[in-house]
Amino acid sequence: MGITKDSHKKHISQQFNTELSELRNHLLVMGGLVEKQVANAVQSLIGSDGALAEEVRARDKDVDQLEVMIDEECTRVIAKRQPTASDLRLVVSVAKMVSDLERVGDEASKIAKMALALVDEGAAPRGYVEVRHIGEHVGGMVRDALDAFARFDVEIALDVLREDRSVDQEYKTATRSLVTFMMEDPRSISQILSVMWVLRALERIGDHACNVAEHVIYMVKGKDVRHKSLDVAQMAIEDSKE
Amino acid sequence: MAQALSPTTHEEATMSKEQATSTGQGSARTHGIDISSLDRSSEVMRLEDETLSLEVKNLKLYYGEKEALHGINMQIPQKRVTAFIGPSGCGKSTLLRCFNRMNDLVDGCRIDGQILLDGNDIYQRNVEVAELRRRVGMVFQKPNPFPKSIYENVAYGLRIQGINKKRILDETVEWSLRSAALWDEVKDRLNDSALGLSGGQQQRLVIARTVAVRPEVLLLDEPASALDPLSTLKIEELIHELKDDYTIVIVTHNMQQAARVSDYTAFMYMGDLVEFGSTNELFTNPAKKQTEDYITGRYG
Repeated sequence: MGITKDSHKKHISQQFNTELSELRNHLLVMGGLVEKQVANAVQSLIGSDGALAEEVRARDKDVDQLEVMIDEECTRVIAKRQPTASDLRLVVSVAKMVSDLERVGDEASKIAKMALALVDEGAAPRGYVEVRHIGEHVGGMVRDALDAFARFDVEIALDVLREDRSVDQEYKTATRSLVTFMMEDPRSISQILSVMWVLRALERIGDHACNVAEHVIYMVKGKDVRHKSLDVAQMAIEDSKE
Repeated sequence: MAQALSPTTHEEATMSKEQATSTGQGSARTHGIDISSLDRSSEVMRLEDETLSLEVKNLKLYYGEKEALHGINMQIPQKRVTAFIGPSGCGKSTLLRCFNRMNDLVDGCRIDGQILLDGNDIYQRNVEVAELRRRVGMVFQKPNPFPKSIYENVAYGLRIQGINKKRILDETVEWSLRSAALWDEVKDRLNDSALGLSGGQQQRLVIARTVAVRPEVLLLDEPASALDPLSTLKIEELIHELKDDYTIVIVTHNMQQAARVSDYTAFMYMGDLVEFGSTNELFTNPAKKQTEDYITGRYG
């Protein structure tokens, strides 16, 4: 039985409605923050902006704090309300999405660290085009995954899963060209390696966005599509349509 | 999967031949753990795989002019716990009472349709109701021990069957009280009045009295709703043990209790069976919106 974004507002217990709405809102707040962290981290690298990178590093603490807070809220709802069916799936999914978002935050922080290193060492001769491109791509995936959560929209979630295939491809191509470049110009190996780490972090962020999208599908449709192919995921969603 | 986890072939090679065949050679092993043995999805309960105990066929029940059950079709598997949930007045207790013909006693109550117990219609003319009620025992919301000793309460069913041999009675009383997890608490005061027991003990005594006549089916009509949380858990534990030997059907208003004790759950609403399914599925991903609204506490 699929659910919509308003279905958790219809409990007889108003208090329960409030608790679930808050849970959802807090996750979206955390998502918004994480999304911004990724964009800023990428921007700090491309613009060699040390101050912005420092800010990203500092704000990671907020992300961590939100993780702990939302986890606690989930535990409290389970203890006090014994949620079932779609409510249970909402709480369980939020608890898992929180971990993924926290990891996205960590990756953003890692990118900011590389940005700082490159400010010290001098910019890398290559790789910024790839970082900008892949950065925009995975930034969009994170936004869409959160959008899918906010609207309980499995179609958007499916799009996120699809996007990840092309990010993986872009990541492979970028690595290959950077390896070639390092062979041609060994003096820049250190800087290029930093850029490669950044690309790696971005690719991981895409994976976490996918996890969030999978949790959205579970939450809305009650179908677990993790570790399944895209076709299977799509079929699972269509099966459960009424 | 088997390929991906194959680095354990070394271990399998060192196993004796019998072991290798007994654990099944196709099973994926890693660090000596058979992962497929952890996969509980293979234990998912499916009604198709069960032996049926009770079968309800297009059952309609009328109180006078009013139709209270509108053509129920349901299959209740043997040696499983099936829970009936639904709002007050949805017909779940009414349906439960049909299984041992308790509704016969209600004026103006008549039924249409069939209920089969092991394939035989219990509403046929030649069915002996007393014998039916021995096979299908019932426990009510409020414990109703007789104003007699603990011993006589449990022995009662046997005595009315004409069994009076002390040895048989002693054995049955002990066995029944043990099955109801009450023996250790009352073994030294079997001749005390049953009315001196606590509510939770009285309820277990009533269950002992019911199982003493070796029924096939136990009907429990809100057996724990008048009990405190600990006594409730004892009853639930008891239900879990009893399902090895009996088919259990329980009506409860406590949804969490239904989720805890049952293998299958039936959700009823306004005299209709809305959804029947494995409890695991029904409480995580119900198929019908009405079920969803009810178990999550929404107004429909």
